[in-house]
Amino acid sequence: MTDIQIDINEVSKWYGPFQVLNRCSTKVGKGEVVVVCGPSGSGKSTLIKCVNGLEPFTQGAITVDGISVGDPKTNLPKLRARIGMVFQHFELFPHLTVMRNLVLAQIKVLGRSSGEAHENGMRLLDRVGLRDQAEKFPGELSGGQQQRVAIARALAMDPIAMLFDEPTSALDPEMIKEVLDVMVSLARDGMTMIVVTHEMGFARQVARRVVFMDKGEIVEDAPTEEFFGSPRSESAQMFLSKILQY
Amino acid sequence: MFANFDFDVIARSLRYLFFDGMTFTLILTALATAGGIVFGTMLALMRLSGFPLLAVPATGYVNLMRSVPLVLMIFWFYFLVPYIGQWLTGAERPIQVGYFTSSLVTFTLFEAAYFCEIMRAGIQSISRGQLAAAQALGMSYPQTMGYIVLPQAFRNMLPVLLTQTIILFQDTSLVYVLSITDFLGAASKVAQRDGRLVEMYLFAAVVYFVMSFAASQGVRALSHRTAIIR
Repeated sequence: MTDIQIDINEVSKWYGPFQVLNRCSTKVGKGEVVVVCGPSGSGKSTLIKCVNGLEPFTQGAITVDGISVGDPKTNLPKLRARIGMVFQHFELFPHLTVMRNLVLAQIKVLGRSSGEAHENGMRLLDRVGLRDQAEKFPGELSGGQQQRVAIARALAMDPIAMLFDEPTSALDPEMIKEVLDVMVSLARDGMTMIVVTHEMGFARQVARRVVFMDKGEIVEDAPTEEFFGSPRSESAQMFLSKILQY
Repeated sequence: MFANFDFDVIARSLRYLFFDGMTFTLILTALATAGGIVFGTMLALMRLSGFPLLAVPATGYVNLMRSVPLVLMIFWFYFLVPYIGQWLTGAERPIQVGYFTSSLVTFTLFEAAYFCEIMRAGIQSISRGQLAAAQALGMSYPQTMGYIVLPQAFRNMLPVLLTQTIILFQDTSLVYVLSITDFLGAASKVAQRDGRLVEMYLFAAVVYFVMSFAASQGVRALSHRTAIIR
């Protein structure tokens, strides 16, 4: 591992008296793909939302490319523009066409010209295989297509890292592959990625490390083969035996 | 029973009724709607801001406006604004603002309270995920509101906003208390002059009904067309 791109250090978070994150620490290097998994309610989504400051955290520190996320002096919008995020429910803007979804933030946030933004948008739509859908509205696309557009929208900002929050959980089974294919090709291209997912096949194929969470704690943080071969903790063994049963 | 009605009085005064009266009514409705939606949206954003310094005054304002009869507001403004103007500018005598300005300001301020509640519901109808997505792309609060939340809220609420506009259109008739020649005022003046009260008020009622009914049918048709595909 060369330089550290995302450094999560002893992060804790409480909702009132309820602790959702308990001293979570992990590091993600440049070009590394890390899969975060664990039972529902274990704090996986909350943890990656802390990385781009969508969720504030109570204690600890997170730095992205050397910039502290929790520091009140940090320009959060500027930092967020450099971190791509893909959501479980796509969250495309339904009142804008696919192309407008792709160019809006490029123009308004990055200050790119309309021509440049459109060119970039077209290139990325091509990459996710949806070149001919540019003028449609999100509601006219299938779930898998919407999620691919959402990935293209995040990539259009030329992010230094990508966060995926259960990107295939809301998809019908036959559409999961088309989204995972895009993610695999991104990983192969050397994108830094943190992926919250239950797709263990994807984890095996591209993840360098697997972080396993339970009850707000990082229980295991191991290289992929080691995690699947011989998980040390009992909760990880239980989890794997449940989801790898079929 | 219509035997001794004189419907000719309507034909004779059509030009005055519509050209003077209805024009005023429609201009007042349009301007007050535009102003009310802009000010109402600002109030809604203040109420939802989470900052007590903004939310409390906005909430107080809305509750006050919704607890006071509109006729009273029209009176108050017409007689009070000149004195407030005098007090603000330090002029020697009350500043006359004219009945049009006065009624426009009144309706804008009054209707803003109702438009605020509509826009507030509209903004709250947009999922938190949409906000998160806009923020994740690096958009600032004004950009998130301006490009993502408000356009969707406005489209979702368009039928309700237009229905409120129809109510506003009917409410403008209350300016008769200032002896303004809006549509009802014009009809009333002809009625008094020619002693044809029944005919004129009947005609005015029919016109308000036809216009409001046609408009609400139009809103229904439009609401099917503008719905965002999901």
